[in-house]
Amino acid sequence: MKTYIGIDLGSTTTKAIVLDEEKTILGRGITNSRSNYQIAADVAKEEAFLDARFFLFRKLLKEVPALKDQLDEFLLNFEQDFRLEQYLEQLKELRRASMASAGDDRLGKNGAETRALLEAVFDTLHDEAPGLYEPGSTRKSDFFRDIAGSQYSSASEKATRTSTIGFDAMLNVYDRSIIDVENLVTNTSNDEAKFMSALARTCKRLDNLSNMLDQLRAPLKSVLDTEMEETYVIGTGYGRATLPFSKEHIRSEILCHGLGAHIMHPETATVLDIGGQDTKAIQVDSVGIVESFQMNDRCAAGCGRYLGYIADEMNLGLHELGPMAMQSTRKVRINSTCTVFAGAELRDRLSMGEKREDIISGLHRAIILRAMSILSRSGGIHDQFTFTGGVAKNEAAVAVLQELAFENYGEVTMNVNPDSIYTGALGAATFARRAVVH
Amino acid sequence: MTTAANQQSDVQKEESMVLQKAMISANFDALSTAHEEGKKVSSTFVPGNLNELLMCFDFVRNLPEINALQSAMRKKSGGYIMEAERSGHSEDVCTYVKSDLGMMAKGQLGPTGKPLPIPDVLLLSYTGCFTFMKWFELVRDQYDCETAMLHVPYQANGEITQNMRDFVIMQLKEQVIPTLERVSGIKFDIDRLRENLRESAKAEDDLVWVLQSAKNRPSPIDAYFGGIYYCGPIFSAFRGSEDATAYYAALRKEVAKRLEQGLGPITPEGVMDEERIRLVVEGPPNWTHFRDFWKMFYDEGVVVVASSYTKVGGVYDYGFRHDPENPLESLADYCLGCYTNHSLPARVDMLCDYMNEYNADGFLVNSIKSCNSFSAGQLLMLREIEERTGKPAGFIETDLVDPRYFSPANVKNRLESYFQMIEQKKARGDARTAA
Repeated sequence: MKTYIGIDLGSTTTKAIVLDEEKTILGRGITNSRSNYQIAADVAKEEAFLDARFFLFRKLLKEVPALKDQLDEFLLNFEQDFRLEQYLEQLKELRRASMASAGDDRLGKNGAETRALLEAVFDTLHDEAPGLYEPGSTRKSDFFRDIAGSQYSSASEKATRTSTIGFDAMLNVYDRSIIDVENLVTNTSNDEAKFMSALARTCKRLDNLSNMLDQLRAPLKSVLDTEMEETYVIGTGYGRATLPFSKEHIRSEILCHGLGAHIMHPETATVLDIGGQDTKAIQVDSVGIVESFQMNDRCAAGCGRYLGYIADEMNLGLHELGPMAMQSTRKVRINSTCTVFAGAELRDRLSMGEKREDIISGLHRAIILRAMSILSRSGGIHDQFTFTGGVAKNEAAVAVLQELAFENYGEVTMNVNPDSIYTGALGAATFARRAVVH
Repeated sequence: MTTAANQQSDVQKEESMVLQKAMISANFDALSTAHEEGKKVSSTFVPGNLNELLMCFDFVRNLPEINALQSAMRKKSGGYIMEAERSGHSEDVCTYVKSDLGMMAKGQLGPTGKPLPIPDVLLLSYTGCFTFMKWFELVRDQYDCETAMLHVPYQANGEITQNMRDFVIMQLKEQVIPTLERVSGIKFDIDRLRENLRESAKAEDDLVWVLQSAKNRPSPIDAYFGGIYYCGPIFSAFRGSEDATAYYAALRKEVAKRLEQGLGPITPEGVMDEERIRLVVEGPPNWTHFRDFWKMFYDEGVVVVASSYTKVGGVYDYGFRHDPENPLESLADYCLGCYTNHSLPARVDMLCDYMNEYNADGFLVNSIKSCNSFSAGQLLMLREIEERTGKPAGFIETDLVDPRYFSPANVKNRLESYFQMIEQKKARGDARTAA
C-alpha cells in the first residue's frame, strides 16, 4: 500500500499524518518534540503508522458479525491495552536507565540504597500502570515523559519519607534517565508482540469476548502484515530545516496549515493557528492556497508556551487550564502580553484575593487579544474561520476567540476541528500525495 | 542557487565594490587627519544631503548614518547602543542615533578604527524624519559646534509647489550658505557648485541606468542588497565628485557586461544562476546581519528588482537630475524629492509602479523596529499595494543596527513561508493560463 506522510515539527509537539492514495487519513501520531527533532519525527511517524494499523483493523473487524454491537467498546479497550503495552516497555527502559544512573560513582555510599529505593518505586509504577490505561481513565498528558514523571514523582515522594535518600536525589536520577529513554529510536520489531499481547489482554477483560481471541488474531495478523510503503514524506514546522530531507520534501508551515485547514473545512477563508511559539493568521482562497499571512515577530508572547508557563506556575497540567478557566464568573483583566510578566501578574492577583479560575480566564483573554491583533494585520476574519494548533484544544481559548471574533467581525462560522493539532501535518501529507499523484 | 558557492570561502565582490571600498576608506582616512591638515569637517544626513554645496567650501564630509551602518556591518554597533542606553537613551530610540552617540562616548573612533574628528558644522537638512532634528540637537550638545538648519517642507500632497521650492532656496541663501562661508572661511562660488552639479548629473544618469537594468530577466543586479552598494557613493560624501562619476561609469560598464552575458546578480557566494522570484522591497535592510539576511534571499533564487531604500538619498528614476543651470533650485528639488519626504500615497504609487514596471512577483516590507517615522503606515501600504497589483505581499520586522532585534531563525522562517506562498500562487496562475 502506498502511503503519503506529513510531519509537522512544532516547538512543543511533533505530529504526523499518514494518507493513502484516496486521501483517506489512515493514521495520526503525536509526540513531544524533545531536544531532538529527528527522534521526534521518527516517533511521530511511527505512532501514525501504528494508528493506521488500528484504522485498518477496525475496517476488517466491521466484517466480523460477532463484534457488531461491541466494535467501539472492543477497539477502545484494545487501543488502551496496546498503549499500556507501550508504556510498560518504555517503563522497562526507564528502569534500566535509572538503575544505570544510580550506579554512578557520584552517589558513593548512597548508591546501594538509591538502587533499592528505585526498585521499589518502579515496582509501584509497574503495578499502577494498568489503572492508567483503563477505559475512561484520564491522564494529564499522553506523553510518556509526563505520565511516568508524574507517577515516579508521587511514588518517590512516598518512598523517601522513610529513607535517608532525599526526594531531590530521586528526581535527579529521573531527569538524567528520561532523556536517554526519550532519545531511543522506537523499537518497531516488538510491535507485533505488543499488539498480540494487547489483544489477549482485551479479550480476557471483556467477558463475552474471551472465546474470540483466536478468531481475532487472524485479521490482526493480516493488518500487521500489510506493507505500508513510505511513498513520499513532506516535513513542515519549526524543525523542518533540521530534518534530513531535501528541499523538495519541505514546505513552510504557513502553506501546510492553510491547506490542512481547507481540507478539514473546505469553506475556510481565514485560519488562526496558535502553536507553541508562533501565532499565525492566514488568509486562504477557495482551494486552500495562501493569499496572505502574518505571524508574531520578535516575541512569542501570547503563544501556546504562555499557557504552558502559566500551568507550571500554578502547578497544573496544561489540559486542566481550559476547564478551570471555564468556571470563571468574574472578568479579571491581565494587561501583560509578556509571558514572564504575566506570571508576575498572576501572583499579584492571587495575593489580592482573586480566584484562580478568574485569573486564568483573564490570561486566556490576554493571549487571544494578541492573536486578534495579528489577525487584523493579516486582513481580519472572513467567513469561515478555522482555529487550529494546540491552543484550539483549549475550550476557554475557543470561547474567548468566538466572543472577540463576533465583537469585531460579526457573525462568522468558526470551525474547531477535534484533530486541529494535526492541521499542519495534514497539509504536509496532502502536499506529499500531490507531489506523486499530480 | 549560486555557482562556485561552496567551493570558495572568499566573498565574491564586483570590481566596482572594490573601487567603492577604497573610496570610503579614503574618506575615513581624510576625516581622521582633517584637522591636522587644517581642513574643516561637516556632518550631515543622507536624505537631503547637500554634498555638492559642502564641496564648494572644502569640507571633509562626515555622515553619521553611514558611520552607524558601517559600524553595524563590522559588528561594533551593539556595544555602542548599549553605551548609549547606559547614558539614559531608551530602548525604543532610533538605533542609528544610539549607535552614533555610543560611538562618541566610546572614544569617537570611526568604523575603520581611525578617529573621527569633532565636526566644525552640523548641516541639518532633514527630510521627512523628525528624529534627525533631535539627533543633531543631542550631537550639538556634545560637540558644541555650529549648526546650519534647512527646513524641508514635507510633500504632504504628493507634489512640490513653487512656494516650497522658494522657501528652501531662501534658507539656502540666507542661512545655510552664509553659515558655511563663516565656518569654512571660503567665499561661496556658484560656478564651482555648477561644476559639482554637472558631475552629479552624469553619475545620476549612470545610476538610473544600472537600477533600471533590473527590468531585464534575469536581472543583472539585486536592487536592494546590491543596490545598497550602488547607492553608497551618491548617497554619501561623493556625489558631485569626479571619483563618483568614475565609479558610476565603471559600475555601468560592469552591469552592461553582465546583462550582455545574460548573467544574474553577483552575491557574496558567486553569480546567482537561477532567478525564481522577483521582489520589490520597502524599508532599509538589517545591517548587523547583512550577509545572513541576503543569503536568505539568494539561496532561494530570490532577486530584488526594485527597492524604496535605494531612493532615500534621492529619487532619480522619475527624471530628476541635479541641474547646473539652476543650481539652488535643483538642490531644493533634490531635498524635496527624497523618498523619505514622500507622503504615504506617493510611496504607494511609486511602489506600485515598480511592481508593474519591473515585473515583480511580490512585495515585501522589512519594517524597522526602532524607526517610528517610517514603520508607521507600512501595513496600510502593504494592503493597498497587494490590492492594486494582485501580487502577494509579505511583512517582516528587523532593525537597522541593533543586533538584538534580528532573530535569524524567525526571519528565515517567515521569508521561506512567503517565498513558498509566492511560488504556490505563481504555479496556480500558470496552471490557469495553461488551461
